[in-house]
Amino acid sequence: MKAVSRRFVLRGALAAAGAALVGAGVAQEASQPRVIKMTARRFVYEPNEIALKAGERVIVEVNSVDFVHGMNIPDLKKRFDLVPGRITRVELQPMAPGVIDFVCDNFCGDGHEEMHGRFVVSA
Amino acid sequence: MQRRDFLALTAVGGGVVFASALAGCATRAENMSGGKAMAADYKDFFFVQLSDTHWGYQGPANPDAAVTLRKAVATVNALETQPEFIVFTGDLTHTTDDPVERRRRLAEFKSIVADLKVKPVHFMPGEHDASLDRGAAFKEHFGDTFYTFDHKGVHFIAIDNVSDPGAKIGDEQLDWLRKDLAARDKKAPIVVLTHRPLFDLVPKWDWATRDGAQAIDILMPYENVTVFYGHIHQEHHQMTGHIAHHSAKSLIFPLPAPGSQDKRTPLPWDPSAPYKGLGFREIEAEDAGLALKVTEFPVVRA
Repeated sequence: MKAVSRRFVLRGALAAAGAALVGAGVAQEASQPRVIKMTARRFVYEPNEIALKAGERVIVEVNSVDFVHGMNIPDLKKRFDLVPGRITRVELQPMAPGVIDFVCDNFCGDGHEEMHGRFVVSA
Repeated sequence: MQRRDFLALTAVGGGVVFASALAGCATRAENMSGGKAMAADYKDFFFVQLSDTHWGYQGPANPDAAVTLRKAVATVNALETQPEFIVFTGDLTHTTDDPVERRRRLAEFKSIVADLKVKPVHFMPGEHDASLDRGAAFKEHFGDTFYTFDHKGVHFIAIDNVSDPGAKIGDEQLDWLRKDLAARDKKAPIVVLTHRPLFDLVPKWDWATRDGAQAIDILMPYENVTVFYGHIHQEHHQMTGHIAHHSAKSLIFPLPAPGSQDKRTPLPWDPSAPYKGLGFREIEAEDAGLALKVTEFPVVRA
């Protein structure tokens, strides 16, 4: 499993509905995005609910500590393998209020079904 | 007693007949142009699908878990007409991190279902059985995780979408599927058995197969394909083009309707109605396997 490249993340922005994933080049030209640190462990994301403002650019830095968990964000048609020992950077800029769910999609054991989270985007 | 009479009786006596009118289930045999050899030696038959038994589960969603599977086996054995074979579409056992315990649960499960009167029994893994060791323990007890068999002109394909913890069928198995189908008549009756939905039912609940769309693409040229699967612990019927997908009830606990709430938390046990939402099904193949009828049964019949 490979870490997600920045180019791959940028391409994802084109397909995202109601949100945008921001590439490194764009990020350098605009204001610095807010960085949110997240830990993935069996069977929870910490934090598992993240409040965002519509239009806000953020980078979620995910550190998985015990398993190659998945982070699938179906509404953005993007997913990531969270490899222990690496920081997986998920950049996003939701443009509209709403809830964007994410879920572990690599079966990680008895409790996998509980491993959910969401971005709550307010106006 | 004729099989048709039996079906009518079960509709009155507690079973619910779902006579599928979905495409892929209702094409008439006389419409076949290239299936003469298949139809020539064909007789109607039926088989039983059981799914998601989760042997080893302990929790409030089923305080009767230690005996639910045994009761289901007894109910199958008491059917007035016995099926010609039985399939289990995965999650035979509840997952555990302990490889020794995983094998103990698989062995216990195998011992319990050995009491089924009907043979053969075809087993498929679910992610609870196979994802943490890529199917190693399952293979020790039940053999291959993907395979085919034929019965009275119907071609059955068991697809493994769980041994990869990322819910992928994988290129190797997809190539195998492509080769298996290559020589088949486009009108041949084909039944696919698998654990997860091959289509994106509810991705935010992980109710999907990551490369399931590729399998559907491979199956799409074939006119009479029906998929029976498990995983979601309830009946559900959906079409992808002309391919019908039918999920089965569980034998441990039911899950909420697809996408109906934030999490796929098991529905609570109802002491006033034990086994509510649980059960198994019969699938009758008529008209040279081109018409399939599904009949749902509870764990315990009145």
